[in-house]
Amino acid sequence: MQYMLLIYDNEAAAGETSDAEMAKWFEVTQAMQEAGVLRGGEALHPTTTATTVRVQNGETLTTDGPFAETREQLGGYYIVDVPDLDQAIDWAARLPSAGRGPVEVRPVMVFDQG
Amino acid sequence: MREEASQSRPDAVGPTSVPARVVERVYREERATIVAGLIRLCGDFSLAEDVVQDAFSKALERWPEDGVPPNPAGWVATSARRRAIDLVRRAERFREKAAVLRRLEEAEIEANPVVLPGEDGPHDDRLRLLFTCCHPALSLEAQVALTLRVVGGLSTREIARAFLIADTTMGQRLVRAKAKIRDAGIPFRVPVGPALEPRLSAVLSVLYLVFNEGYAATESEELVRRELCDEAVRLARLVVELMPREPEARGLLALMLLHHARRDTRVADGEVVLLEDQDRARWDRVAVDEGAALVEDALREGRVGPYQIQAAIAALHAQAPTPQATDWPQIVALYTVLERIHPTPVVRLNLAVAIAMAGNVAGGLAMMDALGEDGALDRYHLFHSARADLLRRLGRAEASRTAYERALAVCSHPLERRFLERRLGPNDTTGPGSSEPEGSAGSAAES
Repeated sequence: MQYMLLIYDNEAAAGETSDAEMAKWFEVTQAMQEAGVLRGGEALHPTTTATTVRVQNGETLTTDGPFAETREQLGGYYIVDVPDLDQAIDWAARLPSAGRGPVEVRPVMVFDQG
Repeated sequence: MREEASQSRPDAVGPTSVPARVVERVYREERATIVAGLIRLCGDFSLAEDVVQDAFSKALERWPEDGVPPNPAGWVATSARRRAIDLVRRAERFREKAAVLRRLEEAEIEANPVVLPGEDGPHDDRLRLLFTCCHPALSLEAQVALTLRVVGGLSTREIARAFLIADTTMGQRLVRAKAKIRDAGIPFRVPVGPALEPRLSAVLSVLYLVFNEGYAATESEELVRRELCDEAVRLARLVVELMPREPEARGLLALMLLHHARRDTRVADGEVVLLEDQDRARWDRVAVDEGAALVEDALREGRVGPYQIQAAIAALHAQAPTPQATDWPQIVALYTVLERIHPTPVVRLNLAVAIAMAGNVAGGLAMMDALGEDGALDRYHLFHSARADLLRRLGRAEASRTAYERALAVCSHPLERRFLERRLGPNDTTGPGSSEPEGSAGSAAES
């Protein structure tokens, strides 16, 4: 099964990512690769760079900032392919930010081909 | 959803003919094993439950005419498995359909009819089922409901009544929980290694919650809810049987048995009866002896945990021939250990009570006053009534009265309200009562 690990963090409190923490992210990413479970993942620029788009009556409306003002913001994600939720949870718990902010684990929907 | 089928729980159907009684026995004793085996083979909770329910309904129809088969449980398991093959074949979309069909068809169950083949056997299937129902990715309410429904075999209506919510609400809760197990890929497995301990503790706390729901039942709903205690004891026995090396599982079973032993003496004439006023001759000695033996045995393993300690405390109460003979110093010692590993306000409250009962009333009161300052127990009526009791013993009538009033203000349980009102009444001639909090399962109310 594929799971998306949505990584939330408090941008203000987290500040610049230290070299030591970057090393930990690389380490866990590499571990996912070696385990053959990594299907994708990206880090996002902070929400100060976000633009929220809505379409109303055919008109595109844009606003500055994220769609929801929350204490923790989505900062990136991984997609892992593992047999079950327990293993997805184990990977989520290994992410360096997990000690600060939550990681939401969501199964990826699979559509039948053909 | 085939919840109608689940309402026709065989024992609720009524006829006491031999076939009906056999169906009832098989339902009680073998149903969880059969369901669990099918879940392992087909990976789908709802499907497994439905086909097993269908098989029991079919047994109720057929056995009175065809006679009870030589192996009733095997008959049910075979019938359920065939129905599952049928349904999976016809299903438009079913995850890993081919593999599931192969597993189901390969399940050659004639040799050992109830046991569906697998690497470990039937006991492990039931255990897997319990651990899956109590997976922390499910809400606690869902864990409790699923455990009672899927492992315990209670009908949706029975669970709804026991928790005083509408049938439809409970039905939705169960459907959502089963959908989450399927869609989120919650594994059908007993965790191994370091993951086991927290997960076992989650299983035990669900069972204890079920027990406490029944134990704290109010008068009007007593009949329905006492069944919850029986069910919790039954499930705890199952865990002990399946995980004989886990002392906390034995500790929990012991704790339940020791509380349950006093079930007939806790209420008399619509009044709560304090531990020390209960008629000890009417305590269930068999349950007390079994509970005490279990906890002694568990403690010998040398892996002490909160349930074992609480059970040891309950055993000291249950084994004292008179209230005066209660070994309070030993209870203080046990609560001191419990407070170290499980430092909750309720445990501290119980320690304070024990200190007072062991003779140091002023010391117990000082500890309670300190506890009262952080406010965590302010809405807990047993805190105020225990404190009121100590104030009364120290002759501080006015302060005692104020504390009883506070207890009454935050207490919603009708029987306990009546008790508090009596304490507040003008003609209170009650002697020095034990102030052991007795609200839910005694000292264990913090769970």
